Amino acid sequence: MESVKFAVNGTERSLEVEPRTLLVHALRDELRLTGTNIGCDSSSCGACTVLVDGQSAKSCTMFAVQADGADITTIEGVADADGKMHPMQQAFHEHHALQCGYCTPGMVMAAISLVEEYPELDDHSVRHGLEGNLCRCTGYQNIVNAVLAVAGSGSATPIRPYQSGQGE
Amino acid sequence: MIPASFDYEVAESAEHAVSLLADHGDEAKLLAGGHSLIPMMRFRLAAPTVLVDVGRLDDLRYINSANGTISIGALTRHSELEHSALLAESCPMLASVAALVGDPAVRHRGTLGGTLAHSDPASDLPAAVLALGATIVARGPGGDREIAATDFFTGYFESALADDEMIVEVRVAASAGGWNYQKFNRRAQDWAIVGVAVAEGGAGVSLVNMGATPLRASAVEAAVAAGASAGDAAAVAADGLQPPTDLNADADYRRHLARVFTQRALKAAGVA
Ligand SMILES: Cc1cc2nc3c(=O)[nH]c(=O)nc-3n(C[C@H](O)[C@H](O)[C@H](O)COP(=O)(O)OP(=O)(O)OC[C@H]3O[C@@H](n4cnc5c(N)ncnc54)[C@H](O)[C@@H]3O)c2cc1C
Ligand code: FES
Ligand code: FES
Repeated sequence: MESVKFAVNGTERSLEVEPRTLLVHALRDELRLTGTNIGCDSSSCGACTVLVDGQSAKSCTMFAVQADGADITTIEGVADADGKMHPMQQAFHEHHALQCGYCTPGMVMAAISLVEEYPELDDHSVRHGLEGNLCRCTGYQNIVNAVLAVAGSGSATPIRPYQSGQGE
Repeated sequence: MIPASFDYEVAESAEHAVSLLADHGDEAKLLAGGHSLIPMMRFRLAAPTVLVDVGRLDDLRYINSANGTISIGALTRHSELEHSALLAESCPMLASVAALVGDPAVRHRGTLGGTLAHSDPASDLPAAVLALGATIVARGPGGDREIAATDFFTGYFESALADDEMIVEVRVAASAGGWNYQKFNRRAQDWAIVGVAVAEGGAGVSLVNMGATPLRASAVEAAVAAGASAGDAAAVAADGLQPPTDLNADADYRRHLARVFTQRALKAAGVA
């Protein structure tokens, strides 16, 4: 067994893991942070995306030991302490960017990383930038709209504008 | 899918990594970004009993330039190549090819040394490095040696590296000539079904996924040097090659793609 120590959503966590333990299993099974999903289990779908030191990473394609000393953010850690959604979560909500929601945690984490990394995004570059995240439901258009809204391009209109402000 | 068990060692320096490799023989493997090795271990196509993690060797993450030569540390990640202002200025092909590898999450973890050592004929950066005529610096128990990219790829997923050698640096000449990279695939985020890299206005041309290794298209280079048009030079791109047949394309279709994309790449690189 190996000891690993990392910060998860701002809290120091220590674990004893087998070296072959994947980060996603450490998060889900050891730390019970089950917001991070497993989809393809083979590095292709992005459902397991988390931030490692601020950058998107597929947690099914990292050993937990590789994250020793790192700063990890999962979907559980993006909203404010008082429960106010992260702007990306809010945009997904407003633009109806999810249906079954299975891809959503990974999609939101990838999108947060994307707008940080690429200051100038347009429709094409959002699609290219989210290539590693599969969604079987939405057809992607509303996801692209949500990301563009956060990226501040101003070019995206929610498809159901009458909804904005509802439920607040 | 859970990989087979292994012992985990953290390398404190390249020398330490090399000595751990020498201690454990061919049972051990280096772990860099893990974005080729971990998928292979999960499918149990690889089952090393010792992993030597070189991913923490931040002193091998750099892109420097001196006297017209750009030196890149082996642990430099694809995303660091992609966003490098130095490369954008002095070797834009490398930055642009890096930006086409996988998706952002893959580029945040995958390293230049890892993709070269993995020697996948379908990978992008090995072909770029080949077209650019790069030099690969390998460190072993006896010190460093330089390997020309043209001598580096020796077979299907095989390189000229010995079991106890580690890539520490890649050197390329600053490149001002016309360049282009064509990557043909059907599925976003995927490897190239066929790819073509053209460097230095056609003086360096290489092909992706057209054989057991990334290939230098020397017939095309010779035709360009003799003044052939892009169309005429591209016509010989697939001569004598035995590309693979798989679910995506059979060998004949790959030959066709190689000619088409070589012509496009040559034209985009400024060959008339
Ligand atoms: C979903 C997905 C999509 C991808 N798409 C593409 C793509 O479109 N195009 C593409 O080209 N690649 C693609 N890749 C592969 C990616 O580029 C890998 O990052 C790269 O091939 C390996 O780099 P790594 O640092 O992750 O190496 P690792 O996986 O850590 O290692 C790979 C091999 O190299 C050895 N090694 C690592 N570093 C060194 C070194 N410094 N010296 C000697 N040996 C070393 C290891 O022992 C191992 O055998 C993709 C990967 C994934 C998971
Ligand atoms: S579960 Fe990790 S990429 Fe699909
Ligand atoms: S919302 Fe169902 S997979 Fe994306």
